[in-house]
Amino acid sequence: MSEPAHRPTTRAALSSGSDRVFQVLILALASVIVLVFVLSVYQLGREAWPALHTFGWHFFTGRTWNPVEGKFGAASMIAGTLVTSLAALVISVPLAVASALFVAEYAPKWLANPVGYLIELLAAVPSVVYGLWALFVIAPVLGRWQTAYFLDPANVPTLTRCNQLWAEGQTSLQCFFVPSGAGGRGLALAVIILTVMILPYTASVARDVIRLVPADQREAMYALGATKWEVISRAILPYARAGILGGVILALGRALGETLAVAMVIGDSQEILKSLWGNASTVASVIANQFGDAQETLHRSSVVALGLSLFALSVIVNFAARLIIARLTPKGLQ
Amino acid sequence: MTPLLSTSDVNIFYGEKQAVRGVNLEVQRGSVNALIGPSGCGKTTFLRAINRMHDLTPGARVTGQILLDGEDVYGPDVDPVTMRRRVGMVFQKPNPFPTMSVFDNVVSGLKLAGVRDSRRLMDVAERSLRGAALWEEVKDRLRMPATGLSGGQQQRLCIARALAVEPEILLMDEPTSALDPASTARIEDLMTDLKKVTTIIIVTHNMHQAARVSDTTSFFLNGDLVEHGVTDQLFTSPRDGRTEAYVTGRFG
Repeated sequence: MSEPAHRPTTRAALSSGSDRVFQVLILALASVIVLVFVLSVYQLGREAWPALHTFGWHFFTGRTWNPVEGKFGAASMIAGTLVTSLAALVISVPLAVASALFVAEYAPKWLANPVGYLIELLAAVPSVVYGLWALFVIAPVLGRWQTAYFLDPANVPTLTRCNQLWAEGQTSLQCFFVPSGAGGRGLALAVIILTVMILPYTASVARDVIRLVPADQREAMYALGATKWEVISRAILPYARAGILGGVILALGRALGETLAVAMVIGDSQEILKSLWGNASTVASVIANQFGDAQETLHRSSVVALGLSLFALSVIVNFAARLIIARLTPKGLQ
Repeated sequence: MTPLLSTSDVNIFYGEKQAVRGVNLEVQRGSVNALIGPSGCGKTTFLRAINRMHDLTPGARVTGQILLDGEDVYGPDVDPVTMRRRVGMVFQKPNPFPTMSVFDNVVSGLKLAGVRDSRRLMDVAERSLRGAALWEEVKDRLRMPATGLSGGQQQRLCIARALAVEPEILLMDEPTSALDPASTARIEDLMTDLKKVTTIIIVTHNMHQAARVSDTTSFFLNGDLVEHGVTDQLFTSPRDGRTEAYVTGRFG
């Protein structure tokens, strides 16, 4: 390059060359993620195929999960997953939003930061610790209450009636809330533990989006003669609702997939749910409890099919969440 | 005639820092009053004292007296929430409530006041939107999201929202600073009409705007009210040398 006039061309060629290398590199790295996703689906699908082929739709609707007889229907554990997750959401979301409002709107700064930090810390506690805490601290408390219920003569007629119903494989609204065992373990304990575990997800996301509500939205409502509560309920929460829902979905995803803590406390029963206090199982807890023992092809394939269902459930939940959030996000503000 | 608003020796502090010093000001009913001055001179701070917005800022403090129609705005028995219903406010950027429809935005103040009668709400919405010169443009899309409107329309919607509660006084904090010239002109025209129903105090960094729309002008500098007077006189023959320097464009 003897002529100076050519230099810019050379430099342009050089930089576009390095740009191209970087572009290819980034593309390759991004493809790895897509590849892992596709491979997971493929592998799960292939392993799950014998079970899905044998049972068809009955795999999802069948109520019997009996490895000895080689019958596999996942209805009770799918129900277990949905019931525990949704119940935990229903309890934890109001608590989480309340704690977010306290931290973002009410607490003085010296209190807000430590409280916010403690709530986030809940997310850092390992599942197994929650499981142990539930087994050794909460389960005995529940167990004592259940024992007291059984020993109270006033409850004998109800118990007799419910035991009859349960023996027939049925339940009623009243019997659903009657304890069926005295061990403390079971569905209710799983709900309690999930509630605590998913709380920080909703709470910290809600706190952040509440803090991000523009000051002039709050001031507009105050200037119209609103009380603090009216500002929160009419300006802040509507503005922040899409973001809060994002946190709720994050928590739901966590609840649907939570494995170890639930597997420890839920009692691992594949019978159809008869009482809130009874042993049950979720999709994830069955995978954890049975994968090691599942030597027989159909059993193993059925467990993998459970994994595939959980995977599909997560994808559907996330997709629906995106749609809802896009609809609720405030648009068009100047 | 007694002034609608009169302040005596108003001081405003943010923590230790004093932002407004000893302001005495009188505002007559049915007039437009401009507060002008360079950035940081305390004009917006003073405006926000009138509807007690400083109550919401930790560390902010207002001393002195502000009388609205003879009543002490900071009186010991005065509920700031009730007081704010008597004072409308329009902000720098249009800030309609994005999750509400055009209609719900306009009547949000009435709903806060407990009005539920749908016919009354509709009447007030139409009257307020007409008052803000927006009715013809939005009458067919009252149920659409407010954020579908243009920036200028959103700001007129905010004016309609403030008018709906029939405020005794309307505070406007640089209401056209985020708008294009055409939208600005519409809102300036509107202010002349609004004088018939309310009294306006407008903060503006634009001296020409102050000269165009206001009856009286107050010039603030470094937290002091330097000069207050009839707009024409203040701009053509200011009494204070600092006012003259500012309005002739020598600083600011």
